[in-house]
Amino acid sequence: MAAASQNSEGRPDAAAPAAIELRGISKAFGPVQANKNINLRVEKGTIHGIIGENGAGKSTLMSILYGFYKPDSGEIRVGGQPLTITDSQTAIRAGIGMVFQHFKLVQNFTVLENIILGAEDGPLLRPSLAKARGVLRQLAEEYQLNVDPDMTIEELSVGHQQRVEILKALYRQADILILDEPTGVLTPAEADHLFRILEGLRAEGKTIILITHKLREIMEITDNVSVMRRGEMVASVRTAETTPEELAELMVGRKVLLNVEKTPAQPGAAILEVRNLRLVDPDGVERLRGISLDIRAGEILGIAGVSGNGQTQLLELLGGYPEKGSKVSGSVRMNGQELDLTGRYSDAATRRARGIGHVPEDRQVEGLIMDFTAWENVAFGYHHAPEYNKGWLMDNAAIRADAEGKIERFDVRPPNANLAARNFSGGNQQKIVVAREIERNPDLLLIGQPTRGVDIGAIEFIHKRIVELRDAGKAVLLVSVELDEILSLSDRVAVMFDGRIMGERLPSQTTTGELGLLMAGITDTENAADNTGLPPDHKHVATLPGEQP
Amino acid sequence: MEKMPKWADVILTPLISLFLAMAISALVILAIGESPWVALTTMVDGALGSSYGWGFTLYYTTNFIFTGLAVMVAYHAALFNIGGEGQAAMGGLGVALVLLYLPLPHWLIALPVAMIGAAAFGAAWALIPAWLQAKRGSHIVITTIMFNFIAAAALNYVLVNILRPVGSMDPASARFPESTHLPSISDMAAAIGMEWGKNTPVNVTFFVAIAACLLVWLLIWRTRLGYQIRAFGKSEPGALYAGISPARITIIAMLISGGLAGMMAINNVMGESERLVLNAVEGAGFIGIAVALMGRNHPLGVFLAALLFGFLYQGGGELALWTSIPRELIIVIQALVILFTGALDNMVRMPLERLFLALRKRGDA
Repeated sequence: MAAASQNSEGRPDAAAPAAIELRGISKAFGPVQANKNINLRVEKGTIHGIIGENGAGKSTLMSILYGFYKPDSGEIRVGGQPLTITDSQTAIRAGIGMVFQHFKLVQNFTVLENIILGAEDGPLLRPSLAKARGVLRQLAEEYQLNVDPDMTIEELSVGHQQRVEILKALYRQADILILDEPTGVLTPAEADHLFRILEGLRAEGKTIILITHKLREIMEITDNVSVMRRGEMVASVRTAETTPEELAELMVGRKVLLNVEKTPAQPGAAILEVRNLRLVDPDGVERLRGISLDIRAGEILGIAGVSGNGQTQLLELLGGYPEKGSKVSGSVRMNGQELDLTGRYSDAATRRARGIGHVPEDRQVEGLIMDFTAWENVAFGYHHAPEYNKGWLMDNAAIRADAEGKIERFDVRPPNANLAARNFSGGNQQKIVVAREIERNPDLLLIGQPTRGVDIGAIEFIHKRIVELRDAGKAVLLVSVELDEILSLSDRVAVMFDGRIMGERLPSQTTTGELGLLMAGITDTENAADNTGLPPDHKHVATLPGEQP
Repeated sequence: MEKMPKWADVILTPLISLFLAMAISALVILAIGESPWVALTTMVDGALGSSYGWGFTLYYTTNFIFTGLAVMVAYHAALFNIGGEGQAAMGGLGVALVLLYLPLPHWLIALPVAMIGAAAFGAAWALIPAWLQAKRGSHIVITTIMFNFIAAAALNYVLVNILRPVGSMDPASARFPESTHLPSISDMAAAIGMEWGKNTPVNVTFFVAIAACLLVWLLIWRTRLGYQIRAFGKSEPGALYAGISPARITIIAMLISGGLAGMMAINNVMGESERLVLNAVEGAGFIGIAVALMGRNHPLGVFLAALLFGFLYQGGGELALWTSIPRELIIVIQALVILFTGALDNMVRMPLERLFLALRKRGDA
């Protein structure tokens, strides 16, 4: 314990070998150099953060550590011993455990079955299950990792599923735990709980590598932090000796504005009027329970809320494609005219024709056809537009020319319209979608999770474009689970909880604490805020709006 | 980042697959005590060595182009239409009805009318599975394969009970009127004073098939409908987001697919047998699946693959005729080609991709 606590200060302990040491690791995929001469030293018993923009090479590096890729050159040392990691089994035997961003769990297996999967002791399951049950109970006590071992994965919340992943690694006796973007899918409360678990693991002498975009998390929990940029390790510093601004600058290689510059909104006439909108999904669950809201020309209405509280259904319904079999009631007026919500003209094409642009929450499944080229994607959803067609045929030359213009104006990299969408990084994919929707100059832009999985440079750029659209007198409905993003972009904030709007606030006259209570479904916020006295530790959040993934 | 150059993907991979299939076929022929070399030369001579051989090869090729295009169009909408056999059979019925009951004075008039009849019947036969898939979620693979059986039984009934001329013992329709007979390519060659492919069945439909390749290419890669078909085929949630109706695209893509399969009847029913006989399709609907797979769902690829299978069909027939290699072995050879070029495609592709990556790396260093 003494050694552990000393190391938790983050001081390199010359006597003890590093938990993991990488020397000169390089890895190329064809002409793309994903990792270039990486050196990294992760001390035992510390939480080590690795940050970098999308495509900086973080995931490649961790995949090398976990045996998914073979490095072209370089050396890996685990606990001081050189080790060739050829596959994940080698990594597991060396005590390395990995918690992926997208969980690798069997949905209809129980927690217990998932934990022993691949680590069974023999052909019969019963002894393995019994043993796992005992180990699980012990781990649960030690680290606050409580999960009902007999629930199936599909019954668990995302936060609990992640605990199962951690338990899986611990069950395999991992001493070094790698977590890839662990908070991307979690609610703030779940993320806080995760951090307490990680602190508990550190106290027991485990080593944790945390890969993330979020500067706040790095500052909050790590002992040391390494910054990657374009395949290179540009800095490794002690967290206590750095600042978020410095890290952000190291990540993008230049100073970034962490605040969105915008003038006060000048709202005009109501563009969208939603009244008592209800949606019951095909399973009979009421997802929207009487939503009413207005969005005016020249303002950004932000919808805050923990994901899964009906935001997705609201966006899909307004965008013209609610889940098949949903029952919808209520009314929506666009520019004073009633929208068809259930009939023949309730499809997405008609919504576009009515002046609604939509940047969907999931760009890879909805917003883009990943196998289509960038230029083909520029026409996606607007393939009927006259300027993209010449008689019976599509005017591919015109689409291509338009795409090249958009790529230039939105600084999409690489600037190659013939590349398939899947070959762009997340941020550049998003720029393609945003360019397509914003340049149509819609009266109303629906935009869901605009900067999820997008690097800082692109976030800043996308935020600016959204504000420009607002300044041009258009209405914007912004849905984001990132409170910072909501607070820095919105002119008004509505909080959604369990299919209802819990309240509306002005960003300048609210706190993250107050919004947090609304997000948790507590309506009587004024009293609650007065009585509890909000914890001051949320104050700094609002000062770092640009750091979301 | 492409894994390997396009030419390697489109040309080299199928060629290697083909070579492997031939090598194993050679071993099989050796095993039954025959000479693979003699077998190969017999096939090449028989199928490609004379204008007579070519006449048959191109006739089969024409059939396979239509059924291959049919599978290809549906495939772009992520629909696996294995009902080409039934749709082509129904196309035959459409051709027969049009030609027997409409007065058509000249083949130039009869051809477009028969094409409409063939396409309409083929499309109608695809419509029911398409509708079931779009509206009821019944899997198109299951329904189309069942519709093959229904088509065969229905055709049997119609031929025996309705179309069979009174007094005939043969379950076949009457011969089509003389005026509707399509000119064979040998006739056309003779008209310009050339002697080519006398007594071979290849006819003017071959050119229709080539035109169909071009039109399908235009449809898939140059029209809004093709764009929507491809987008829907890649991502249904994406299609919904973009305002593309999955039900509409499913039905339209299957109508086009069924229509193309039905058009095959122009070649075999109108062009060759000149009456409707039982089992006129002879498995061409299923070969279309292999043709589309091997042709990588591109019209040019479909054309080349259809040519290969035309060669195998004609060469195989010659093999049975001139050597003591049993007829069944020809089916083995055809099956091996389908296996290697279709089903085992990745077996060749993966090592090849790795090879190209390694070569590129060396080139960079």
